[in-house]
Amino acid sequence: MTTLLAILVLGCMALVFGAILGFASVKFHVEGDPLAEQVDAILPQTQCGQCGYPGCKPYAEAVANGEAINKCAPGGEDTIKKIADLMGVEPPPLDENHDTDNSPKVAFIIEEDCIGCTKCIQACPVDAILGTTKQMHTIIADECTGCDLCIDPCPVDCIIMIPIAKTPQNWQWDLNNIPVVQLD
Amino acid sequence: MGSVIERIKRANFWTFHGGIHPPEQKFLTTDKPIRAVSIPEQLILPLQQHIGIAADLRVKIGDKVLKGQALTQSMHPMAVPIHAPTSGTITAIKDAVIAHPSGLSELCLFITPDGEDTWQERHICTDVSKLSHNEIIDKISSAGISGMGGAGFPTQVKISTRDKIQFLIINAAECEPYISADDLLIREHSPSILDGINILDRILSPEHILIGIENNKPEAIKVLQQATANNEKIQVCVLPTKYPTGGEKQLIQILTGQEVPSGVFPSSLGIVMQNIATCFAIADAVINDIPLIKRVVTVSGQALQKPQNVWSLLGTPVGFLLEQCGYPNKDKKHIIMGGPMMGYSLPSDQVPVVKTTNCILAPSEQEISSPYSTGTKEVECIRCGQCSDVCPSQLLPQELQWSAKAKDHQQLDKLNLFDCIECGACAYVCPSQIPLVHYYRVAKSEIRQQKQLDIKAEHAKVRFEARKERLARDKIAREEKHKAAAQARKARMNSGTSEAKTEKSAVAAALARVKAKKAQQTQGSDSVAAQTVAPPADNEQKSQVSAAIARAKAKKLAAQKNVATYKSEPENKLDDVKPTADDKKAKIAAAVAKAKARKLTEKNNDNAVDSDLAVDDNITNEAAVLASQAEAVVPANDKKAKIAAAVAKAKARKLAEKNNDNAVDSDLAVDDNITNEAAVLASQAEAVVPANDKKAKIAAAVAKAKARKLAQQQDKLAATPSEEKTNKHVKSEST
Repeated sequence: MTTLLAILVLGCMALVFGAILGFASVKFHVEGDPLAEQVDAILPQTQCGQCGYPGCKPYAEAVANGEAINKCAPGGEDTIKKIADLMGVEPPPLDENHDTDNSPKVAFIIEEDCIGCTKCIQACPVDAILGTTKQMHTIIADECTGCDLCIDPCPVDCIIMIPIAKTPQNWQWDLNNIPVVQLD
Repeated sequence: MGSVIERIKRANFWTFHGGIHPPEQKFLTTDKPIRAVSIPEQLILPLQQHIGIAADLRVKIGDKVLKGQALTQSMHPMAVPIHAPTSGTITAIKDAVIAHPSGLSELCLFITPDGEDTWQERHICTDVSKLSHNEIIDKISSAGISGMGGAGFPTQVKISTRDKIQFLIINAAECEPYISADDLLIREHSPSILDGINILDRILSPEHILIGIENNKPEAIKVLQQATANNEKIQVCVLPTKYPTGGEKQLIQILTGQEVPSGVFPSSLGIVMQNIATCFAIADAVINDIPLIKRVVTVSGQALQKPQNVWSLLGTPVGFLLEQCGYPNKDKKHIIMGGPMMGYSLPSDQVPVVKTTNCILAPSEQEISSPYSTGTKEVECIRCGQCSDVCPSQLLPQELQWSAKAKDHQQLDKLNLFDCIECGACAYVCPSQIPLVHYYRVAKSEIRQQKQLDIKAEHAKVRFEARKERLARDKIAREEKHKAAAQARKARMNSGTSEAKTEKSAVAAALARVKAKKAQQTQGSDSVAAQTVAPPADNEQKSQVSAAIARAKAKKLAAQKNVATYKSEPENKLDDVKPTADDKKAKIAAAVAKAKARKLTEKNNDNAVDSDLAVDDNITNEAAVLASQAEAVVPANDKKAKIAAAVAKAKARKLAEKNNDNAVDSDLAVDDNITNEAAVLASQAEAVVPANDKKAKIAAAVAKAKARKLAQQQDKLAATPSEEKTNKHVKSEST
């Protein structure tokens, strides 16, 4: 009799708590940040397509679905390390198809050579090129991500990539490489 | 609140955590008055000498400028103008090494003084009380005053606060070793400083004014106490000497007991702090209309023969000041800008004095060894914890150091790296000589850079998404526009105006033309036949050509007819074909085909196992022959078509052979027959059609492929007897 009672009581309790937990899981459901979103937040958003995907978000989605994490050339080793941390894997070296030079650059149009074909404007993923048909184009340097997607479409090769100059504002302390100037 | 003032009056101050007592070394300069140095040969004025942004240039190369003339101007609150320190000519505007640890260059104005030191017109204000608040703030702003203690925050921003101010704190602590510029300034110019404090009092109207000064400046304290004796509002607070008392947050904590929370301006706590040298500059600007063009600089260090405080014009090269103070070390210079704790080694002695330069240090090798000559003496951290004992911000320097080395930015954030004031106390006490502050500076700049990149990435993402959206929108808009245009056209045509009618008739005419062409192509048989009957017998070449074309067409037609008649009367077909083939070439081809067909028949007969099969094969072969003949007749003029026909023929033969070999019983052979017929029909159709058209050829090839497939399929189907029967039935019908 006691055994039955015990089973009954515990069973009832289990039901009640189960119902509470079930309700809570529905009521207080937290929308988890999907992996693709997290990867997308790490990527440098140059939208350069060097990974073989049309933009950073598609690559983030591909990474979430098992694509190799070492294809982001502008991000370089840092980005690979961050994604590896996020996914809990060993950081592989950068895909050898890409240049290792990921120093920040900005596109520049040699304006006397520009014929105003608008091809670069169509190629720019972030609308950083200003101009119209048969008018000289120019790059809005602050908006340029340095993806160099505008280089190939240019029929007169008037676009060049210029490394961003070091200024006291973006200068990084480097203890091993303090610019030692010979004092006169 | 009363208790705070009472405590201050009793000189019972609070204290801050940690702090150190380095050798003061102030005796080198405190015993000498401030010296006015001569005007150097060239002044170098960086456009930006403060925290914020540079103002816009108002002069060009070759301009004559007067002393006190504004060289840059801007309406931006964080942009502070600069002024000509003396009269002269602008000789260059170019990048030059500036007072920054990186040794990088920035845009600078080069002025060659004319030596006359001519002032621009000045408006000396005799009665400050007549000026409104805004007029005073305007004067301060246009005089280019930024904080002169070290950070260089624009003063007019600091004093334009709308918060209710309880304490105005004047920072005269000057806690860093060697520096005595403020000490000397107080001793020599206390009336002006007091004027400045009174102006600030008017603008901010604080409840109390506290002057914080360390007890190692007895003369300055005495002067200040005398000057403020009849002013109840101002309290001179003599503080115990401890580094870094002069830090903003530390001084606030000592005087009021309040800790300024991380990331908050003191003004939100009702506190504004100004350096005592800034007060002097404010008085000069508001009363004497003298913009910020000079400042007191302590030029000190044991390497100098005559260390002294000097009145230096802004833009004076450091090398010039050192020369004035007797610097013997010509070949191996080690110069520090700022104090020994927070300063940095200069890359060049052509770096100019700027608004924030309070000290230039030229130490001897024994005092402070040059980092370039000795290299680092850093050894491993021994976890002694002295650094956290002395940290005035109560951080954990050794943990910070490890995280900074590992570039663990998240952990650095958790350890509140950005609350570090870089005072250098931790590095000073470190027994392992770890340059801790350097590691923090590296980490800070990395984190700042990363934040910038993150902001840029987010911005790029937004723009990318916006562009994608725009492209999609444009596409829809374009489609809709096209639809609308089409509808408009239709509506216009149906509207009944004369214009519409002409348009309509034009379209109708075009349509009619297209239809006519089509009709000609499909049922050309009759018309072509009629044409062949009456070829025009003109002498002209053109008509001949057209006649030839007509002949070819007639031939084609004949072939087509053969196809039509083939099913009912295969035996008569040869006769039908022959008369039409009036071409010599076609005749030869036909003959060859006939011969081949005969050969094939003989061969098949030999191989035939029973009579039925033989009959079937015969029929098959005949079909093949017919096909080949038709092919041979048609493409008389076209080489390519001939080749195609030949290929088709070869295929038909192959198929026939294969079927014969495989044929085991009559039923199966029957199926093959049908297959072959299909193939023949296909090849005939091909042969007829593609005479002129390449595309048609391709279509024919596709048809051939299909026919082949069909044949294979039927071979397979032949395995089931029921289907064999049906096929047989079909066969009997066709024959």
